[in-house]
Amino acid sequence: MDIYKLIEWVVKIGIVFLILMHALAYIVLLERRLLGFIQMRLGPNRVGPFGLLQPLADGIKFFFKEEIIPRDADRVLYILAPIVALVPALTTIAVIPFGDTINLFGREIELSVTRVDISLLVVLALTSMGIYGIVLAGWSSNNKYSLMGGLRSSAQMISYELSLSLSIVGVVIFSGSLDLAQIAKEQMNTWWGIIPKWNIFTQPIGFMLFLISVIAETNRVPFDLPEAETELVAGFHTEYSSMKFAIFFIAEYANMVTASAMATLLFLGGWHGPFVKDFPLLGPVYFTLKILFFLVLYIWLRGTLPRFRYDQLMKFGWKFMIPVALANVVLVAALALFLF
Amino acid sequence: MMEQAFFLILAAFAVGAALSVIIQRSPIYSAFSLIGVMACLAATYIMLKAQFLGAVQLIVYAGAIMVLFVFVIMLLNVRKEENTLDKHRYLWLLALPFAATLIVEVLYTILKVTSDFTSLPEMAKRPIIGDSQSIGYGLFTSYLMPFELTSILILLAIVGSVILARREKE
Amino acid sequence: MVPLSWYLALSAVLFTIGAVGVFVKRNVISIFMCIELMLNAVNLTLIAFSSFYKEASGQLFVFIVMTVAAAEAGVGLALVIAVFRNRESLNTDDTNLLKL
Repeated sequence: MDIYKLIEWVVKIGIVFLILMHALAYIVLLERRLLGFIQMRLGPNRVGPFGLLQPLADGIKFFFKEEIIPRDADRVLYILAPIVALVPALTTIAVIPFGDTINLFGREIELSVTRVDISLLVVLALTSMGIYGIVLAGWSSNNKYSLMGGLRSSAQMISYELSLSLSIVGVVIFSGSLDLAQIAKEQMNTWWGIIPKWNIFTQPIGFMLFLISVIAETNRVPFDLPEAETELVAGFHTEYSSMKFAIFFIAEYANMVTASAMATLLFLGGWHGPFVKDFPLLGPVYFTLKILFFLVLYIWLRGTLPRFRYDQLMKFGWKFMIPVALANVVLVAALALFLF
Repeated sequence: MMEQAFFLILAAFAVGAALSVIIQRSPIYSAFSLIGVMACLAATYIMLKAQFLGAVQLIVYAGAIMVLFVFVIMLLNVRKEENTLDKHRYLWLLALPFAATLIVEVLYTILKVTSDFTSLPEMAKRPIIGDSQSIGYGLFTSYLMPFELTSILILLAIVGSVILARREKE
Repeated sequence: MVPLSWYLALSAVLFTIGAVGVFVKRNVISIFMCIELMLNAVNLTLIAFSSFYKEASGQLFVFIVMTVAAAEAGVGLALVIAVFRNRESLNTDDTNLLKL
């Protein structure tokens, strides 16, 4: 291992971490402004021009809030819970490629923190670890609303993880690889020079299944049962305050970014777009724009849809999503067999 | 050298977490210690170049089976195990000699035999296995029958658990 | 390079801890977790041998062991729930009638 490789890694980790943290802060602002727009009000616009300094104000506020640990809470698990939620959420970003290899200072640099040949499985494995943060928070708070929230989230995540994995199987069959970068490269070409060969066109059912399950996995509206305000106060994070609460928030938004990046890589051709072959640095720009599209979709859904009831959620997951996902796998496998 | 140090750290973590599984009185702590053991084992699999199974270990064991355990513990709200140690002191008296015998036996065997393992000449020439391709190839050729049978097993398990956990309707 | 015997030793220690746990634990769920620990220890042995001999069978066994463990956990935990409904207890000493 040479010293340049080490420097490259440190620089990549630093850049990705910094960009991610700032992006997360501004996604919150985007969400608040956009929700305000949808609900015909202004949203936060006082701090700085257009409210652009609002994330800074929020951060300062979180730091100076009083830290409260309930007397009968399980202290060790209570403090561990936000950490367990945050670490997998941030680690996942490390294996996500956001562009092709570029030439910089005479070195071939891969545009991802690290390249793993089974990165798709790594993402699935790490996101499935993220449940424990929520479950631990619900258990350790010693509060019935928190416990209900934790229970609901574990049941919901197991159920929708099945249809999530099954919807990805179709893409894996088509591209024959578990490497996210390879999957994105497979979608580089076009049909008749105009329509890009994105997986969304070859398997729309898989895409819809993936989108729905991923929204359920990240606990967002209309599947935000674990923190349903109207019935469970605030669900699993009822007892959390100050920075610990903020960490849950960061983890949730990091998971949203991961989910959007996965949707982009698997179905929307990753970093591909016009002129990327000539200017590889355009790749990350397209990638960011596509992620932004999914994030706006998330917020839009939150502004539009009501929440599912718990039994409806379970019925939908087990009696609709999974059968359709299984049928889709069979369909895609048959297509792959006869077309290739 | 570096690899050995890394292995020793992992092994220490794994053994510590495993001890914590049986020492903790609260099932939820046992469950989280067990998740720790599984994560350490996943890392060891990756050290053994079995990346595919390392990822599957995290997805299936730590991500699905243990979630089920934690879910049941939360559903039944088991805060503490009942303290029945006094009644069952004889179990420790049974368990410790048993454990000692087992460990001495296994370690003796390992020390006696392993010197022959690493020196097989034709092993070095074979390609490294452990990626998804070799696993998939094996599953669909020589192990097709067991692979298909597990699907029947899973179906049976689904039906069985639904029937067991269902509440009888009056 | 880590020698094979180290992996085997780790696996043996983990297996023994799991076995002791099955002996001393009285809670059904805890006993169950100790069984999972023993299965994991065996998996480590299989994978260690498989990658030292460069022979895929060991890893395929592990794959199948994992599936069986998943099925076992599903049925076992359903049993635990069914027993808990009737006995209001998870202690194995309370379930000695050979029926629900």
